[in-house]
Amino acid sequence: MRALFSRFIRTRGGAIGLLIFLAVIVMAVSAPWIFPISPWEITGAPFEPPLSEHLLLGSDMLGRDIAAGIAHGAYASLLIGVVSAAVALAFGITLGAISGYAGGWIDQTLMGFLELFQTIPSFVLAVVLVAIFNPSIVAIVSAIAIVSWPPIARLVRAEVLSVRSREYVQAAWLTGRSNAAIVFKEILPNTLSPIVVSGSMLVATAILLESALSFLGLGDPNVMSWGYIIGASRTVMRQAWWMSVFPGLAIVLTVLAINLIGEALNDALNPHLRPVEEAI
Amino acid sequence: MKLRSATIRAAKAIAVVALIAVLNFFLVRMAPGDPAQFLAGQSGAADETYLTQLRQQFGLDKPLLTQLALYAKHVAQLDLGYSHQQQQPVLTLILDRLPATLLLTGCAFLLSLSLGVLLGVLSARRVGTWTDTVISTVALLFYATPIFWSGLLLILIFSVSLEWLPAYGYSSIGVSMTGLQAVLDVARHALLPVITLSLFYIAIYARLARASMLDVSQLDFVKTARAKGLSEAQVLFRHVLRNALLPVITYAGIHAGGLVGGSIVVETIFAWPGIGRLALEAVAQRDYGILLGVFFVISVIVVSVNLLTDLVYVYADPRIELS
Repeated sequence: MRALFSRFIRTRGGAIGLLIFLAVIVMAVSAPWIFPISPWEITGAPFEPPLSEHLLLGSDMLGRDIAAGIAHGAYASLLIGVVSAAVALAFGITLGAISGYAGGWIDQTLMGFLELFQTIPSFVLAVVLVAIFNPSIVAIVSAIAIVSWPPIARLVRAEVLSVRSREYVQAAWLTGRSNAAIVFKEILPNTLSPIVVSGSMLVATAILLESALSFLGLGDPNVMSWGYIIGASRTVMRQAWWMSVFPGLAIVLTVLAINLIGEALNDALNPHLRPVEEAI
Repeated sequence: MKLRSATIRAAKAIAVVALIAVLNFFLVRMAPGDPAQFLAGQSGAADETYLTQLRQQFGLDKPLLTQLALYAKHVAQLDLGYSHQQQQPVLTLILDRLPATLLLTGCAFLLSLSLGVLLGVLSARRVGTWTDTVISTVALLFYATPIFWSGLLLILIFSVSLEWLPAYGYSSIGVSMTGLQAVLDVARHALLPVITLSLFYIAIYARLARASMLDVSQLDFVKTARAKGLSEAQVLFRHVLRNALLPVITYAGIHAGGLVGGSIVVETIFAWPGIGRLALEAVAQRDYGILLGVFFVISVIVVSVNLLTDLVYVYADPRIELS
């Protein structure tokens, strides 16, 4: 583990990514203390440019503090990103493991199902799902998870197929252990590293998806998020660039940091330097 | 043999389209509330006679399977329903807007694929130099940038500050133009949306092409090609590039869906009159018939593009037999 960490941190990107990511976490967690007033509250004059009094990053068209919105939005973005990635992982790992381990018609059926979901344009499906089931955190997380599990399932299936016939798995078979025990205790732990890498990339994609949904006005109306701030101020962008530029920077930095972490993990876990695209 | 595998592929594509239609059907049924109300749009525009008519048309008073069969019959006849709010068939509304979307996504697809591969190849040829570092860093940045934000920044820079390019619409309003002038006018309007949609995919293809080039140039046959005295250019174009492009083609097909999805965002920002914007307007007006119609048409487009890349793949790589 220590060797892994030192290999991880030695990749320059990994160190930078981890640093930015930790900063975003600190911002998200400390937002209620640094900006105790709700980001929905009007705290000053509208259209105040950055570096005005009390308003580091300016105010929006109603006079709400942009900096407070960004800090509180970090919490929503991270939460939605991590939770929907976790749901997608759980779903993808389960289906992929069943598919690879069972083989036969089960495998074929599940793969057909997967192919269908991989063909459907994911962002359009997410828009349709959120629009039909009304924007809420649960709908958004479910929609993101529903459109992101197929690559994970495909990856896990391939990994399971490649270790299924190894001797230690056959030995577990011979000792009469249950299928579930073999999959969870013998096979999955040995496929962990590509799953970890893809899982971290999944968080980045989920954050991008969520920001695009809330930019289009399909976010949870009770949650302050980066995409919402940009979408809401889009019409006044010509007069007030700061309302869309700063939240966008927050998105780019966070997603970049997570991608860097994912790549560094990939390099640290796979000394053969498998290109990341293959792992997704 | 090739013809046969192509036929199988085509049959599979039709099956996928059919399954998407079924999914569409169940999405309407799973939505909260009365399906007739839902199809009519919930803006209160629907009166009771229209609702009754809808119930009869879709057989909402009959068992679920009968409903599904009825729905399938409608879709097979290219009947995607009628928008009560717009007073037009959904298919007509979509076909009106489709050319703009095809223009936008088609140009973005060609631009991102060609520029992405070019940058990826350049980067791989000079691996480790500053050219590689710059290209890789820029690709990493665009890979992390939401499409809507790059669009807004491009508008801020090129239309608001520099005033070089229009930020809205498909063509100039109130000016009648013909021939080349009209084409150039549309091109000027299309430039920013196309670039916006492409940036993210340029990054993807550049990263893919770079990794793939590096992989292939390690292989034995490339060493053989060098050893037998071929020129660098011959090795690059006839041996490395041809093989390195195969995974890029695969991913190009997969990302086609993403491109069309991204057009929803881009069309909204640039007021581009395509089906993405139509879908979002439908969401705002709760006219779900149109939304699901657009979803279906986009899926059909993506399935067709995937089928096309599969076929290109077979002809590009004789080793592959599609099953």
